[in-house]
This record gives sequence, structure tokens and C-alpha cells, in this order.
Amino acid sequence: MKVMIMGCGRVGARLAALLDEDGHEVTVLDIDAYAFHRLPSSFRGTALLANGIDQEALKKAGIEECDVFVAVTQGDNRNVMACQIAKHIFNVPRVVCRIYDPLREEMYRALGLETISPTKIIAQLLREKVEKSGSQETEPEK
Amino acid sequence: MYIIIVGGGRIGYYLLKALLNEGHEVLVIERDPRVCKVITDELGSVCYRGDGCEAAVLAEVGTGRADIFVAVTGDDEDNLVACQVAKHKHNVPLTIARLRNPQNALLFKKLGVDVTISTTNIILEAIERAIPTHTLTHLLTIEEKGLVIVEVKIAQDSATVGKMVKDLTLPAGSSLVLIISHDGSVRTPAPNTVLRAGDQIIAVTTKDAEEALRATIRGL
Repeated sequence: MKVMIMGCGRVGARLAALLDEDGHEVTVLDIDAYAFHRLPSSFRGTALLANGIDQEALKKAGIEECDVFVAVTQGDNRNVMACQIAKHIFNVPRVVCRIYDPLREEMYRALGLETISPTKIIAQLLREKVEKSGSQETEPEK
Repeated sequence: MYIIIVGGGRIGYYLLKALLNEGHEVLVIERDPRVCKVITDELGSVCYRGDGCEAAVLAEVGTGRADIFVAVTGDDEDNLVACQVAKHKHNVPLTIARLRNPQNALLFKKLGVDVTISTTNIILEAIERAIPTHTLTHLLTIEEKGLVIVEVKIAQDSATVGKMVKDLTLPAGSSLVLIISHDGSVRTPAPNTVLRAGDQIIAVTTKDAEEALRATIRGL
């Protein structure tokens, strides 16, 4: 698969490395060249200095041939806009968008974007951990 | 009218002042507390501190009863999301977004922004209108349909001077709508209408055929 990842932060870089290991053709975009330091030296994909909310830049980066587009920059709005460009302008078959704000995430999911809210997921995981540790603590008392 | 403005920068500030002067109910949503304070100190409680992209903030300021929602921050992505939340969560009838990158106009229209304003395009249009050698001027773009309404001037040395409308081979999708003569009289082009130097022709064309239309009318 051809995958384009917007944002080479911790998550973007790690995802790029994992997909590259699995044999996919990966292009990572970031507006800060320093971000590419996060990619492992074994990375065989393409790292491109480009703005993912600029249609011309996306076209140059080859978005028209992509099977999947993933947006994982720090900005919810940037992710949302880039994903909508990928979906509605370039008709990328699969688009995944990270949105921290749970309310915004729900709205864009309702509008047909495939979204992930780390805030919701982490809060849920932590809740499970906390409640589990609570039950473990009570066990020895029995 | 109740008008909500997102972004209290220069554009938002002067827009707020002008709309208040016209007697509208106006509110600015601004993230920066310092900017908010400046506005509040001068104009009273017409600035709400918060993120105009958050549904909760928009609910708080009564976006559901707003007639017009304007997003004029310096970032296209923020303006887009603010307008989408206003449109899809609060059903605001008219949403207006400022564009930094004129390329985004079509995307914004597709995604529920009713009107987009691009400073770059406005300046470009002014230049096109001011420079007489420019034979084709954009008057209006109908993004959804991919159509443009243009004005073409017939230059003195144009090969089409003295020709009839029926002699022109117009590109597909283009048609001449009006001819405004040098003296200001207006004619509807008929097949036998003769083109004269100085005529301004108003035509409808497609984005792709624009160049071909220009070439045809200039007689190239």
C-alpha cells in the first residue's frame, strides 16, 4: 500500500517506521525538517518537507497515488482540514484523522471522516487501569 | 441581526466596529485574553474569550440563533473548522471564511462554508481591472459549477475588429453574453453583431477554456 502520513512527531514517525517495516510505501510530511530526526536510520520511505494543508504541496508529494492518508500533527484543525482535502479533493480511498478534542472528533465522525481521539482512548485506558488497581488493592484485605 | 466573528485581530476588530455602528448585535470570539481585554475596554462586553472552533464555546454564545458567522483568524484551518462547527452543529444560515490560500476556495465551499474571501484574489482582481493591456478580467467565479464570468476587451489591433460574432470559433462551454460599446451602449450579441475596437465583452466560460476564449477574442 502507498501511505502518506502528515506530521512526523512521535506518533507519525513511529507509525511511518512500523508501516515501512511491514513493506508499505511510506511518505511522511512535516513542515519542520528537524522532525525527520525521529525516523529510524533503517527507514526506506520518503520524508518530505511539505505543508499538508496546501493542495499543491500534497499533489507534488504524490497524494493522488495514495491508498491511505493519515493526519497526526499537533493541530486538530490542521488534521481535519488535511483529511478533508485528501478525501474530498483528491479522493484518497482511506483517510484517518487524529483529533484530540472529543467533541470535534464526534462531529467529524458524523460528517463521515474516519477519526481517532487519543484523549478518549487514553482516558478510557487509564480509567480501566485505575479501577483495576483499586480492585487489586481490596483483594488482599479479604 | 446577530453576527458572530471568530478572531479579534485587525480584520475582526474593524469588522466588529463597523457592524456595531450599523446597529447589529455583534460578538467577537478571541482566544488571546490580552486582545480580548483591549476590545472589551474600548467597546464594552462584545468579546468572548475562547476557542471559536469548540462546539461548547459556540453553544455558550448562542450560535444557534446567529444569522451570520464570520471566521477571520489568520489560519485557514481554524476558519474552516469554526465555520463547519457553526454550520453543522448550530445550523447558522450564512457562514463566511477568510482565506489565506486562495486555492482553498473550492474545498471550503464543498465543506459547508457559504462565502470565502481571499485577500490575494481581491488584490489580483483590482490589478487585472486597472491594467488595460490585460485583455481578460475575472468578474465572478461560480466554483460549484466550474464556471467563470469574464470581461474581454477588444484591443485596437485585435484581428477580431470588424468581424461578426458568428465568425468567432468559441471554445466549448463558452458563450458571449453582453457587449458594452466604447460609448457605453449595451448590446446582446447576435450572430450578425459586428465587433468594434474598444468593445467590452462579458462572457461565460469554464476554467479550462478561459485561455482559449481569450485567444479567440484577441484573434490569435
